[in-house]
Amino acid sequence: MSPLVQGIVTIALGVGGSIAYFYLSNLFLDKVLFPARGENISRNINRANTIRPWLFLGPTALLLAIYLFYPVVGSFVRSLYNRDGDLFIGFDNYTTFFASDGFQTAFMNNALWALVVPALSTFLGLVIAQLTDQLKWGNIAKSIIFMPMAISFVGASLIWKFVYANDPDIGLINAIRGSFGLESMDPLQVPFWNNLFLMVILIWVQTGFAMVILSAALRGIPDETIEAAIIDGANPFQVFFKIQIPQITTTIVVVWTTITILVLKVFDIVYAMTGGNFDTQILPSYMMQFMFRDDGRATAIAVVIMLIVSPVMIQNVRQARREMR
Amino acid sequence: MDNIAGKKSALTWATRLTVFALVVIWLIPTTGLLVSSFRDRDQISATGWWLSPFSVEQGLRGRTTIEGVIKEGDTYISRGSLFDDEEILKSVGDTRPPISAFGTTGRDPGKYPSGELADIGKGNKLVVNADGTYEFFSSKAPGSTGQRVYVIASMPPDFSFENYITVLTADKMDVAFINTLTVTIPTTIIPILMAAFAAYALAWMDFKGRGLLLGAVVAALVVPLQLALVPALQLHNAVGIGQSFLGIWLAHSAFGQPLAVYLLRNYMIGLPKDIIESARVDGATDFQVFVRIVLPLSFPALASFAIFQFLWTWNDLLVAKVFLPSADEAKVMTVKIADDLLGSRGGDWGILATAAFVSIAVPLLVFFTLQRYLVRGLLSGSVK
Repeated sequence: MSPLVQGIVTIALGVGGSIAYFYLSNLFLDKVLFPARGENISRNINRANTIRPWLFLGPTALLLAIYLFYPVVGSFVRSLYNRDGDLFIGFDNYTTFFASDGFQTAFMNNALWALVVPALSTFLGLVIAQLTDQLKWGNIAKSIIFMPMAISFVGASLIWKFVYANDPDIGLINAIRGSFGLESMDPLQVPFWNNLFLMVILIWVQTGFAMVILSAALRGIPDETIEAAIIDGANPFQVFFKIQIPQITTTIVVVWTTITILVLKVFDIVYAMTGGNFDTQILPSYMMQFMFRDDGRATAIAVVIMLIVSPVMIQNVRQARREMR
Repeated sequence: MDNIAGKKSALTWATRLTVFALVVIWLIPTTGLLVSSFRDRDQISATGWWLSPFSVEQGLRGRTTIEGVIKEGDTYISRGSLFDDEEILKSVGDTRPPISAFGTTGRDPGKYPSGELADIGKGNKLVVNADGTYEFFSSKAPGSTGQRVYVIASMPPDFSFENYITVLTADKMDVAFINTLTVTIPTTIIPILMAAFAAYALAWMDFKGRGLLLGAVVAALVVPLQLALVPALQLHNAVGIGQSFLGIWLAHSAFGQPLAVYLLRNYMIGLPKDIIESARVDGATDFQVFVRIVLPLSFPALASFAIFQFLWTWNDLLVAKVFLPSADEAKVMTVKIADDLLGSRGGDWGILATAAFVSIAVPLLVFFTLQRYLVRGLLSGSVK
């Protein structure tokens, strides 16, 4: 059976199965298990209503448990074992890593990514949001800058190969260098700077995201505050920095952290552009080197990534619970 | 006042120019890819895509004819047109590009300007004119093949769908395209339904542990996927799913749940309470309230999530690499491009560009037609 046919069958089974599950389980609950009639009618209704939320939540809770919560424990446990998973070695995978050059490079690069990409994306997004809001064709400009969001990281990497290629007839950068009489070079092999060139790709993708959200936040600022400032003689820069930005700091923080989290997970760009060579390795791509070869080490890196992300996670959960009340 | 007005217009112009410059910078890389995907592969390596509307100086090679050689004194003279040569004819087709230079070695194919009678050594002389006609004076009788001639011709721009045809037929990219669809469509549709029920429960049903569950969903939003890979794959192997489409459908459906539940719950809680309460008073069960009232009203949020999930699964490389078998038959486009094309055919820019464009065309289409919902989803997802 071809995968496509299989896919169509799956859609039918999945959608049909989901509907059938929800419908039949509710029916079973109301008609068979705790019927809303007879002598125990009120007790039955109450019982049915205690169970019903869990019928609704069932499939999601199951998937979350298997694919997101069990793995937190599973990965940690696996990381305490050796390559084949048959020998408990405690924290050896971690200590080996912390001492190895490859891991240290990946860690430092990752730190650099986590600083530079969110900062520049948010900054550019904010500036573009502010500038385009004043233009008639601002929406078209926004659309174009937002567009890379739809492109895969692999696609984006390929797109940027046409900028970075070490051939003045393919790569834009070397063509420009050539027109100044400079020799061709491979930007992705220049130590340290190659990391920044790779980051540019992610910034190119993420600026649109920052722009869309910050632009909405900027528009949400009450006009009176801005008008008052203008009447008081503030110039556009003062209005922007002293009136508008302070009012959207929360949104800026949200955007910043969202992009930071993303940066800590993206492996595609490094994988496709350099394969981690020339000292451009970051933790997610470093992990993929061990995936399928040494699950013990691969999971150890995953746990390290998890630890780096966890402060944000705790903060988010706190925030969400506060909003619930 | 004049002063202020003047300042303002200067600032407006600065704004316009800055935005325009940024838009151009943002567009340039993608334009390069798009233009290159339509160019002839030899032209791609001959000039940059930014020069693609202009003709390209391209090297061609052929041989002089050995038929109709005339002997005058000690020299054998052959005359003809290079455009009658089969090898050259193959690369130029119907065009007769002007020839700017010629040579007799591959190392220096444009050694002599066209029209110049060149001494090419061993007592041989050759002249190639701009229109392709040549005269070859040799001291020896012609052998089985003619003299090797290289020419620099300025070929007109050559745009075609040839790369697309190659990519879509020869490289198993068609299989990859279908595989991507096979992964994407079920994993866009199925998780929505589950998440919608869960979101309804979290928004409109009262039960113990609701806060805890909501916290868990928010936490799951941030859990790095990397953590799930090894344990989930082990689990798949243990229950016999292994690396398969079924496995990736399950995995993607699960990884999409946190965002789906979060988005839908935020939306559903904003629905008017009166409608839901009055339906309940009228005796509607939760199931009926959900199907008849909440689900239709939540359409914008459902659409937003569907777009997110579609883009994410279509563009995903990580999950596909881990949960699908690495055989050619099961590769999705991102894996195909990243592992096969970038690796083994790193130099074939035409194929690379085309493959990349094929893979981003569908998401771009979705993006431009449904941008409204995407933006709405983003805003409800990250800003409160």
